[in-house]
Amino acid sequence: MVVGAGMVGAACALYAARAGLDVILVDRGPVAGGTTGAGEGNLLVSDKEPGPELQLALLSAKLWGELAQEMGAAVEYEPKGGLVVASTPASLTALAELAAGQRAAGVSAVRVGADQLHELEPYLARGLAGGVLYPQDAQVMPTLAAAHLVRASGARLQTGRTVVQVLLDTAGAVRGVRTDRGDILAPAVVNAAGTWGSEVAALAGVRLPVLPRRGFVLVTEPLPRRVRHKVYAADYVADVASDSAALQTSPVVEGTAAGPVLIGASRERVGFDRSFSLPVVRALAAGATRLFPFLEQVRAMRTYLGFRPYLPDHLPAVGPDPRVPGLFHACGHEGAGIGLATGTGHLIAQTLTGRRPELDLAPFRPDRFDRADPLDRFAEEAPPWIP
Amino acid sequence: MTAHRPVLAVIGAGPAGLAGALAAAARGVRVVLVDSAAEAGGQFYRQPARGLGARRPQALHHQWRTWERLRTGLDTHLAAARVTHLSDRHVWCVERQSDGLTVHALIGPEQEESVAVHADGVLLATGGYEKVLPFPGWTLPGVVTAGGAQALLKGGLVLPGRTAVVAGTGPLLLPVATGLAAAGAQVVALVESAGPADFTRRARTWAGAPTKLAEGAVYAARLLRHRVAVTLRHAVLEAHGTERLESVTVAALDPEGRPVPGTERRVVCDTLAVGHGLLPHTDLAEGLGCRLDGPGVSVDDEQRTDVPGVWAAGETTGIGGSALSLAEGHIAGRSAAARLTGTVPDPREWAPAARARTGLRSFFAALDAAYAARPARWTEQVTDETVVCRCEEVTAGAVREAVGTLGAGDLRTVKLLTRAGMGWCQGRMCEPGVAGVAGCALTPARRSLARPVPLGVLAAPADPSTPQ
Ligand SMILES: Cc1cc2nc3c(=O)[nH]c(=O)nc-3n(C[C@H](O)[C@H](O)[C@H](O)COP(=O)(O)OP(=O)(O)OC[C@H]3O[C@@H](n4cnc5c(N)ncnc54)[C@H](O)[C@@H]3O)c2cc1C
Ligand SMILES: Cc1cc2nc3c(=O)[nH]c(=O)nc-3n(C[C@H](O)[C@H](O)[C@H](O)COP(=O)(O)OP(=O)(O)OC[C@H]3O[C@@H](n4cnc5c(N)ncnc54)[C@H](O)[C@@H]3O)c2cc1C
Repeated sequence: MVVGAGMVGAACALYAARAGLDVILVDRGPVAGGTTGAGEGNLLVSDKEPGPELQLALLSAKLWGELAQEMGAAVEYEPKGGLVVASTPASLTALAELAAGQRAAGVSAVRVGADQLHELEPYLARGLAGGVLYPQDAQVMPTLAAAHLVRASGARLQTGRTVVQVLLDTAGAVRGVRTDRGDILAPAVVNAAGTWGSEVAALAGVRLPVLPRRGFVLVTEPLPRRVRHKVYAADYVADVASDSAALQTSPVVEGTAAGPVLIGASRERVGFDRSFSLPVVRALAAGATRLFPFLEQVRAMRTYLGFRPYLPDHLPAVGPDPRVPGLFHACGHEGAGIGLATGTGHLIAQTLTGRRPELDLAPFRPDRFDRADPLDRFAEEAPPWIP
Repeated sequence: MTAHRPVLAVIGAGPAGLAGALAAAARGVRVVLVDSAAEAGGQFYRQPARGLGARRPQALHHQWRTWERLRTGLDTHLAAARVTHLSDRHVWCVERQSDGLTVHALIGPEQEESVAVHADGVLLATGGYEKVLPFPGWTLPGVVTAGGAQALLKGGLVLPGRTAVVAGTGPLLLPVATGLAAAGAQVVALVESAGPADFTRRARTWAGAPTKLAEGAVYAARLLRHRVAVTLRHAVLEAHGTERLESVTVAALDPEGRPVPGTERRVVCDTLAVGHGLLPHTDLAEGLGCRLDGPGVSVDDEQRTDVPGVWAAGETTGIGGSALSLAEGHIAGRSAAARLTGTVPDPREWAPAARARTGLRSFFAALDAAYAARPARWTEQVTDETVVCRCEEVTAGAVREAVGTLGAGDLRTVKLLTRAGMGWCQGRMCEPGVAGVAGCALTPARRSLARPVPLGVLAAPADPSTPQ
């Protein structure tokens, strides 16, 4: 029984079904009605520093490649590669160091000299110091991907149904969920509720501090293909890993199969504030036109926003919850839930069927915040006199 | 606040915006009237472009005298510099700031540069737009919207065709049919899907609104004079033609709204004007975070939205005709003048306008119910091959697949899965049709940009000007 029909829940449903399980997928809204329908579909290895998240990204990239054999066109899968550019020699040096570490972890990363940048991206701004090409970076259309994975899973999909309680037996193990339209009994429940994963965890009586990090995306009018890769400035990696609540915008620019160029995304911690922010959108436009000056004349058609689900250490929660037998978590993927969905689904299916997971799940343990430094509590609940 | 006179930016120079601008300017407020058209007037008093040499524009309007009074009032305030009229300005965003609001507008027609106007208050009077529901053949050249036909008549004085059918539902079809006929077109049929019972059932409301009834009677007389055959409880099922429109199939509807088999007939025509009513323009209000009430912007008795410093009047708050827009605009202008100069307004001062507002609102609520009762089953006529979103060429079949097999349950997901409503018009044209075919509610689209904006304009903000 999977709670949440976003990208992550869809992947859990698919791999669990393929592992031979009978799967029910429940969502209070439609398929992809949460963050999945509000973000972009970059499948990136390039923006991750060596470590457990990169391992999950590499596993996921391989699995996305396999799924693309089956349904690549339907989900608009494009293995287009990412190009990270540096504007100054200093940032190029930092980028080269990161790439060296990534290469050691199994990423292919190719140095691109300043003179070669325009062979890869003819419309890129002049005067950049150089870059690194990441051929493994790819892209899908998230809503289509979630919908097609759900369909391929054959899982029983129940949309418009809200989980209001996780049912436990006398021994404290999961026996199903209560919804606003009756109980669903199942020996295993997967929490794939994204940004609302903390609420679902609380329904089972456990703490999982998933929080929202707002992002805006700018969408242009449809254009003929002028941006070939995912292109972003080297400072993006620093933004992704950042702990700061303040606004960060160093946009990824990419063309899509349907024609529009997507420019995203900003990162800010402002809770679930849905109001439009012109300064944020201006910053995205400024970053994109710096990389691609031709975009100045191109029109922005719309913006959209979503709330990335993040955990304090910026790693997702993946795997069984030792506190409640039968409860599994697959949430908190922050700005990479589309990319990391396949690996997550695969690992969840392995643990659900009692097999040894392909990756060490220790860094993703859902109860890791219980054991955290007691000072964390103070960090989260800052006293009111602190601005 | 400094000694400067407070500034009210009025967006939209239709009946609501003009009435609001005049009321505020007469009470000590500087008004900046921003509108996308070349001339003031809005949809109803749309002006023939200068230089086209329209000799008797009043022949195209009734209520010409109201317009003349608004026009004279505007000219007086313009001459006294109490009002500045920025025409050809397309507002793409109204930004809330700590010290007021900034209106961002692209300069037409190229819309490549943006100006910013700083104001203490904003009156949203952006009117409504037409709702058109798809049917097989509706994308053929020769098929136009009812409002489009009317706008052509009023603005460009171009006669869109020679043999016309006017079809759909709603009170707009009457002026469109008479307008076309008066301009020399042969209107062979007015096909209204509401039936007589929908109107007789609400007789009590009609009795309470004699002027509106009289207006209806005038239209009926005009239709007779032009020999326009009005068929109630009928619909155009399909438009036919190879290169362009050649004929339409018209059929009677049963009480459920389904076509009655055997009643189909072909009507030869080269123009079909279709309309299914209007919807409020709410993009700017949504970008500001104003609460909506159904499809329109929610306002209080003073026409204030729930965002401080932002008023709304006219069809952006709900569809109700030009007289209602005038009343609401007037009240909004008076409220804004008082509030922006730091006083509390006395509603008794605008009691006549408030009474008109109450009467017209209930009249239009009843009218709306009468018309809405009918096109219930229209989606059954929409074949899978029918294109429902013209910008992205999405068919009804693709929308149905998104709902049926891909798990979409709301309009947003349908759009994401099919790209319907993602093109140039951003769903303004196709959203009601897509929602209908998908069988889901028409939810607000949350369009944060009211117009497409060049990224260069976004990247380099213009300095806000305050009118002197
Ligand atoms: C602007 C932006 C850009 C992004 N760009 C990228 C990108 O390029 N690449 C990338 O990999 N990631 C990107 N992300 C991140 C990515 O979108 C998310 O990590 C991912 O969508 C999370 O998927 P999910 O399935 O965990 O959550 P969701 O998609 O939010 O799904 C959770 C579901 O759970 C349901 N739910 C919650 N509570 C209940 C309940 N009690 N009962 C029933 N159902 C419930 C919700 O309705 C929802 O549908 C971006 C995010 C944003 C905001
Ligand atoms: C075809 C047709 C026939 C009609 N016939 C009649 C009739 O016979 N009798 C009757 O009572 N009513 C009639 N109406 C209705 C009447 O036109 C409206 O009730 C009235 O115009 C509404 O006034 P308003 O001020 O609310 O909006 P509008 O008149 O629509 O004015 C809104 C103004 O705002 C401007 N605007 C909108 N968005 C922006 C933006 N982002 N930036 C800048 N400017 C913007 C528009 O250009 C427009 O000038 C008809 C309408 C139509 C379409």
